[in-house]
Amino acid sequence: MSPSPASIPPAPADAGAPLYLERNYLNARRGPWSWLTTLDHKRIGVMYLVLTSAALFLGGLFAMLLRIELLTPGPTIMSALSYNRTFTLHGVVMIFLFMIPAIPGIFGNFFLPLMIGARDVAFPRLNLLSVYLYLAGAAIALYGMVHGGADTGWTFYTPYSTTTVTMVWPILLGAFVLGMGSIVTGLNFIVTIHTLRAPGIGFMRMPLFVWALYATSIIQVLATPVLGITLLLVAVENVFGFGIFDPARGGDPVLFQHMFWFYSHPAVYIMILPAMGAITEVLSAFARKNTFGYKAVAFSSLGIAFVGFFTWGHHLFTSGQSTVDAGIFGVLSMFVGIFTAIKIFNWTATLYRGSIAVRTPFIYVIAFLFFLLFGGMTGIALATVALDVHWQDTYFVVAHFHFIMVGGTIAGFLAALTYWWPKMFGKRYSERWGIVGATLIFLGFNFTFIPQFLLGNEGMPRRYYSYPERFWPLNVASTAGASVLALGFLVVLASLLLSLKYGKPAGPNPWGSRGYEWKTLSPPPEGNFLTQPTYPRMPHDYDDLNPGRGGH
Amino acid sequence: MPAAGSHVAHHFPDLEVQSHAARLGMWLFLATEVLLFAGLFTAYALYRMLYPSAFLGASKLIETSMGALNTVVLITSSLTVALAFHYSRQSRNRLAALLLVVTIGLGFVFLGVKAVEYAHHFHEGHLPGRFYHYAGLQVPGAPMFFTVYFLMTGLHGIHVVIGMGVLTWLAVGAWRGAYGGDYTTPIEVGGMYWHLVDLIWIFLFPLLYLI
Repeated sequence: MSPSPASIPPAPADAGAPLYLERNYLNARRGPWSWLTTLDHKRIGVMYLVLTSAALFLGGLFAMLLRIELLTPGPTIMSALSYNRTFTLHGVVMIFLFMIPAIPGIFGNFFLPLMIGARDVAFPRLNLLSVYLYLAGAAIALYGMVHGGADTGWTFYTPYSTTTVTMVWPILLGAFVLGMGSIVTGLNFIVTIHTLRAPGIGFMRMPLFVWALYATSIIQVLATPVLGITLLLVAVENVFGFGIFDPARGGDPVLFQHMFWFYSHPAVYIMILPAMGAITEVLSAFARKNTFGYKAVAFSSLGIAFVGFFTWGHHLFTSGQSTVDAGIFGVLSMFVGIFTAIKIFNWTATLYRGSIAVRTPFIYVIAFLFFLLFGGMTGIALATVALDVHWQDTYFVVAHFHFIMVGGTIAGFLAALTYWWPKMFGKRYSERWGIVGATLIFLGFNFTFIPQFLLGNEGMPRRYYSYPERFWPLNVASTAGASVLALGFLVVLASLLLSLKYGKPAGPNPWGSRGYEWKTLSPPPEGNFLTQPTYPRMPHDYDDLNPGRGGH
Repeated sequence: MPAAGSHVAHHFPDLEVQSHAARLGMWLFLATEVLLFAGLFTAYALYRMLYPSAFLGASKLIETSMGALNTVVLITSSLTVALAFHYSRQSRNRLAALLLVVTIGLGFVFLGVKAVEYAHHFHEGHLPGRFYHYAGLQVPGAPMFFTVYFLMTGLHGIHVVIGMGVLTWLAVGAWRGAYGGDYTTPIEVGGMYWHLVDLIWIFLFPLLYLI
């Protein structure tokens, strides 16, 4: 496992830099008030890290409750209604409080300005506002959860969501406010990328994580408002009964599905594109090779963002959509597979003949590639209308999107977290425990969700709290896997938190990465750079380490 | 007139880049507003297709002359806000502030006309969904017209109120001489928002009142 020392050469540019900057963005100003009113993008990133990690913990707790309930065929620890509430809260918390804001909110805020040589994002006050919108949205949703929760599933399908007696409107309103925060972040990033790139960083020299954030932000800005109006309409209908989606009053519930998925399908690319961007950075750094096909990787992000807007109909294959529409949406959905494959082949080509250092972040990269390939291929299968009719609303669908969201997004999130942790906090975590955590997560994840593919294919429907006895063994396997997965998360959490106190100083560039964000100290000073860095080479440029075989 | 340099935040190289960023940000925000209303326009299109004759009958229940008056009011207010920006660039700050106040006044006129219309609808029972109780037009789809009507004009009305708040802020700043010369971006982007509010009404008026 341990790489030869030669595979991590010290970066010559950092020779004179201190190992740990005593006066940095974390302690330049002190006291809680300095955090609550900060305009520093790095501190806002750290606040997002704390908040979204808490959401991940809460959502994970709900997931474990669900898996415990499904340990036996009959009722185990909760009633049917509690189960419905629990899976709704699991979905809402994971999607709106973790998956969508996490990578852009944490790593986008922290590293986007560092990667383009800027002092901050374009609108620092709006950036702080996005944190408070996140808090407000979470508080409103939490109010609904405490006062009865919702039992509609995170998709809020009408007419059930407008007639249910559970407290669905605060959760809708919370998601609306969270959406406003997401829009603000996306808008801020687009303007930052357009106006604040340092001299020497043209569009075609931006790090690929920045390209991924750019594509993500476009989706956030253009899709989220449609979710906003849709959720408002459901809330109005739920409270006042205007009948806009209610067939009893002449309304059309399928209109809700169209409007909901017009946002919510592109939203899965809000979740996965930043993870893809982070993986590109980590993969190049640990293969010690230039990213193969820079332009292809950059433009495939935009391609996914674009095509993502024309795929929503694949959620309506069984909702009375015409066969022609279903076929068109199926084919358009497969285009996403083409752009994703472009990325996967370029990543593989980057690894080819690279000098690979197997460190903790790299294990997540390998896990990500496996999960994305597996989740992506089952996605292509689900986009095929005839197959989808068989798998509709079964555990096959559940397993598919968990492979992309948990496998893809969380593996990307953890790769980014373990790769950038030394830069963010200036400390090294225990490499041994890091690898143990990553391995547990990889194994636990597979044991959780591969059985669910099999269950779904045998016909086990999603969103039921009981099931026939023939599904028992695979459900036990899934719950066992989920326990290992949870243990893995706890190991990661503990090893990272302990590193803050006991970790060795990281130095400016512990991985020997050529990414632009490593050109400053660890942790960075309050103003990002002591002196403005220069950018004479492409990001991810390792040509001098690979004489005679450049990346392209 | 204050020195232009004092308005540049530390992370921008100069005022020009900062103004460009503000304009780009506002354009993106306007795009989100258009998409927010797009959901309602989609609902309008669907239900108009499902209930063509009910929509025709129900749209006769709302007063075209009132809608036309409000259209004139809002277009005039777009002119006054544009003139405010024009005079702000010439550093005629008091005149700019007065024009912003006129714009706000036209906003109040718009809301007043809308309130008269709403009062009439409440009186007659031209109401959304289950609240609809107008005896003169009892066909499926008529309540849906008023659902769409109240949602669209209501959301638009909220935007008018927000816009008037923004313009009040700008008018106070302009009166105190906070803008002028090179630094007029706040009035420019605030005016862009007001134009969008006007523009959405220009689409609502024909769809709801005329056809």
